[in-house]
Order: sequence, then C-alpha cells, then structure tokens
Amino acid sequence: MTNWLGPDEWSAVALSLQVSFWATLVSLPLGVFVAYALARWNFPGKQLLNGLVHLPLILPPVVTGYLLLLTMGTKGPIGGFLAELGIVFAFRWTGAALAAGVMAFPLMVRAIRLSIEAVDPRLEQASATLGASPLWVFLTVTLPMTLPGILVGAILAFAKAMGEFGATITFVSNIPGQTRTIPSAIYAFLQVPGGEDSALKLVIVSIVIAMSALLLSEIVSRRVAARLEGR
Amino acid sequence: MMLEITLRHAFPGFMLNAAIKAPPGVTVLFGRSGAGKTTIVNAVAGLLIPDEGRIASGDWVLLDTGRGIRLRPYQRRLGYIFQEGRLFPHMTVRQNLGYGAWFAPKDAPREKMDHVVDMLGIGPLLDRRPAALSGGEKQRVAIGRALLSAPRLILADEPLAALDEERKAEILPYFERLRDEVSIPILYVSHSATEVARLATTVAVLESGQVVRQGQAAEVLGDPAVLPMGAREAGAILTARVVAHHSDGLTELDAKNVPLFLPHIDRKPGEMVRVRIAAHDVMLSRNRPEGLSALNILPGVAQEIHLGEGPGAIIAIETQAGRLLARITRRSVQALELVPGAQVHAIIKTVSVAPSAIGGGGPEKR
Repeated sequence: MTNWLGPDEWSAVALSLQVSFWATLVSLPLGVFVAYALARWNFPGKQLLNGLVHLPLILPPVVTGYLLLLTMGTKGPIGGFLAELGIVFAFRWTGAALAAGVMAFPLMVRAIRLSIEAVDPRLEQASATLGASPLWVFLTVTLPMTLPGILVGAILAFAKAMGEFGATITFVSNIPGQTRTIPSAIYAFLQVPGGEDSALKLVIVSIVIAMSALLLSEIVSRRVAARLEGR
Repeated sequence: MMLEITLRHAFPGFMLNAAIKAPPGVTVLFGRSGAGKTTIVNAVAGLLIPDEGRIASGDWVLLDTGRGIRLRPYQRRLGYIFQEGRLFPHMTVRQNLGYGAWFAPKDAPREKMDHVVDMLGIGPLLDRRPAALSGGEKQRVAIGRALLSAPRLILADEPLAALDEERKAEILPYFERLRDEVSIPILYVSHSATEVARLATTVAVLESGQVVRQGQAAEVLGDPAVLPMGAREAGAILTARVVAHHSDGLTELDAKNVPLFLPHIDRKPGEMVRVRIAAHDVMLSRNRPEGLSALNILPGVAQEIHLGEGPGAIIAIETQAGRLLARITRRSVQALELVPGAQVHAIIKTVSVAPSAIGGGGPEKR
C-alpha cells in the first residue's frame, strides 16, 4: 500500500483516518448526551439546541469553517482562551478534527436520537421500579438498546468526517502533513499538472474506506438486532 | 403491615379521590377500565405524582405531599408486574430475573433464585431471551423478576389481561402460590370477577375514581348492591374443604358442614379451596325441591334484595355454607314473595361450576 501510494498520498490517508477517528471518538459521548436530551427531556431552549446542532448541516460548509476560524482561531474568543492553556486548533490537525466533528455532529445526533426514541419508555419505567436510579436505567436499558443506533451514528459521522472539505480548508487551510486530508489532497492534486494519477488513487482509497465502514455497520447492527429478537 | 393509600388527583374530566387500606395478603382493586385502578398503582409505584396524597405503611412513607416526602420510583422497593410483562429484550431470562436483586440493599430479606425459578417452573427458560418466550412464559418471568427484587410490596396491574383463557388458567395458580407462600403484600388490579374471587383477601371496588366498597373478599363479593362489572358478572365465594373424590367423577366438598358436589377438582382431600358461585347459576325455591337433578340444595335466609334497572334482581342468601348471590327475575321475586328474612333454598347445578372458578383456599385457611 505504501508503495502503491506515494508519501504525499499516504500522508493524506493517514491524516484523514487520524482526524476522522478522533473527531468521531471525542464527539460521540457529547452526541449521545445531546441526542438523549433531545429525545427524552423537555427544557426551555430545546428547539434552539436542536437548531444549533443542525446548523452545520444546512449552512454552507465554508460559513461553518469561517465561524470556527472566528471563534476557535488563536485570536478568537474561545480559541484565544484555549491557546493560553496550550490547546491550539488553528492550522493544526486538531483543528481539522474539530471541523470534521462539528460537520458530522448533526448526522451522528440524528441517528442516535432516532434509536433512543425507539426505546420503549415503559421498559425504562420497569427498570426504575426494580430499583435502578436514572443513571443505571440509562446504562443498563437505554444504552444497550440504543447500541445499534449509536454505532450507525458513529459510522455516519466517521464517513462524513473522512469527506469533510469546505469547513476544514476554510478553518485550517491545506497544509501537507498537518491539515491536508484526503479531500484537500485530491483538490490539491487536481490543481497541479500530472496530479490526476494521485487524485484517482485517493478516490479509490476513499471509496474502499467508505464501503468498508458501511459494511461493518451493517454486520454489527444485524448481530445486535438478532440478539434483541432472541435468535 | 398495613399499606394505607390516600390519593387525590385531577385529570381532565376525571377526578380520582380514593382511600384504600391494604392489609397483608392480596388486595384487589376491582372495577371497570377507566375507574382509576391503574392510576392508583402507578401512584404507589411513583410513576405518577398525584396532586395530593399519602402512601405509607407504618413508618415506611413512600409519599406524603403534605410533608413534602416523595420517594423516586427506584427508592420505593416495589415489585411491579405489568400487564405486558415489560421484560428487557436485550437480556436473557436469567439476567432479567437477577436485575432487581442487583439493586436491592444487600441486607434486604429476599427470595432465593432457585426457589422462585422452581415455583414458577421457568428453569428451562433461563438462557433464552424474552423474544423466544410465549405470552404465559413471559408473564411468569415477569412475576419472578418482581419477586426477586426483594420488594416490600408487589404491584400487579392486570397481569393476566393480555393472555388468552388457557394462559390465564396457567398463571392464576402462581399468583395463588405467591399469596400463600410469600409474605409480601400484593396490590392487584383486575376487572375480572374470576380473578377477584380466586385471589383476593381484600377487595376495594372502584367506580369513576372513587372507592365505593372495601372489605373482605367474601363480604364484598356477597353484597348485591356492589356490582362493579354489572349483574351478569355477580357471584359470591364459598370456602370449602375437599372431602373425597367419588368414582363417578364428582368431588365432594365440605363448606362449614354443608356437603357440596362439584365436578372433579384436582386437589387432595383435606385441602381448602375457594369456589366462586356465579349468581346466574343459582336458582331459588321457597320449598325444598324434590325430584330435581341439581345435587346442591342449600337452605338459607334471603337478606338484601337488590332490584336492577332491567328485569333482573340480585338476592343475597345467607346459608350455613356462606353467603350466596342469586340472580333471578323481578317477576320471580314477586311470585315467590321474597322479602328479607324469607326462608329459601338455593339450588346450584354441579356442572355449572367451571374449573376456572375454583382456586386454592388461600388466606382463609390461616
């Protein structure tokens, strides 16, 4: 694989996997929490939260990227504060992960929320009457029954993160080895003469990764579903 | 232990205002759907918070709106048996059974898993998941799960209503065993006269959010003025001891020295049984009838006479065997000149008593 892919291409693939992995992993707990809040709780500002979560889905990615640059850049209000703590997003791979995570968040939350809403609240009641506190109800009933949805949400988010381009390039630019993920790399290769070959290889890699992720999620969610149906 | 429940709760177009005392044994909340039975049980479980109320047993206070006490459902230590089972689909039967026990305080008095599994006959099911169980099996597991959570009180909300007649007949004996072998009080919601007759120690009759009558099962069911499910469902209960099984297929019972002949009952001589005698299966005669095919003729005295709105009437008859209800026509009431105090003979056809109307003797024997 390393022979087939040149060092530049390989670097883009590795970076993309790294960025997407961390984007998914870090946003997953928050995604589950937000999905649970939207599915089960009533609180003032619920619609606002819902809108906020979905914003990256409807805004042009460039706008999201620019907003990230304004807020999370080293001179931005949040980014500046974090920079003092040594957490820098601007023009680093962490920024690419942040952009990918933000862009993928709506998809993740939607999938998880749907599966939480599919859990019969009467089972959660039954669990409570048997002595489980709300946290235990969540851990022993809601969470295991939501697992297929969480998995689908995570894989969707991962796939979305792999393909994120607009927000990433706006927020953290296109720095080889730092922020040049597969889509940025494909874009860059297409800008130079003779780069089509490399671009095509990356396209193939993209397709393979996306298809494997989809296949994996299909297999796992089938297994879980079969277990729930008692087979 | 005496559980005392006082509740007031306003629903749109419906007001629940009930006070119930549940002594040890099975207390059945009896009434039509919509009478407020499930609301009461849910309030006891903490799944519904009433506008006002107090639910307590001695110094164990689950709810007291006056003093601002309100235990959360998981703090109440109740075993709730739901109508639809509500087993956890992602767990095996064994895991379902162990679920509540895991949360119970370590020093709580608890039933042994083996004993409960044995009592409910669910040993072969332990490694299956709920989706692979029949309706009756699910409900038995649900009973076990509630029982094994070391509860201080068992709640059952029409646990048989979703089952067909055959399954009901399969599960009812387990509730009888629960009543007779486990010392945990049970609050049981039902609209089935058969279930009340077989299980109830105490009955609280509910009508549109109010308790209209409360008392010992035999007393309440023998009251012709209290007919929550209508005159068609009226019936009294007699408690009797099995004397002998005769070779012609009949079982002889002894109800306070009155012999009763019923179709074969699958119980050993000496055991106590409760027999529900439906009011429409009792005929009345002023003189002792002769040359009659019916085997059971019980002399007694007419007590209350309750004329319905239709052509029927319900008569309560005090016999030596116990109180009976008879449903006859108003025309017959006139023809027989029935008044309170009149001497009558109650006639019960042997074959009219269905096996499902006969249950374990339960609390009366103790």
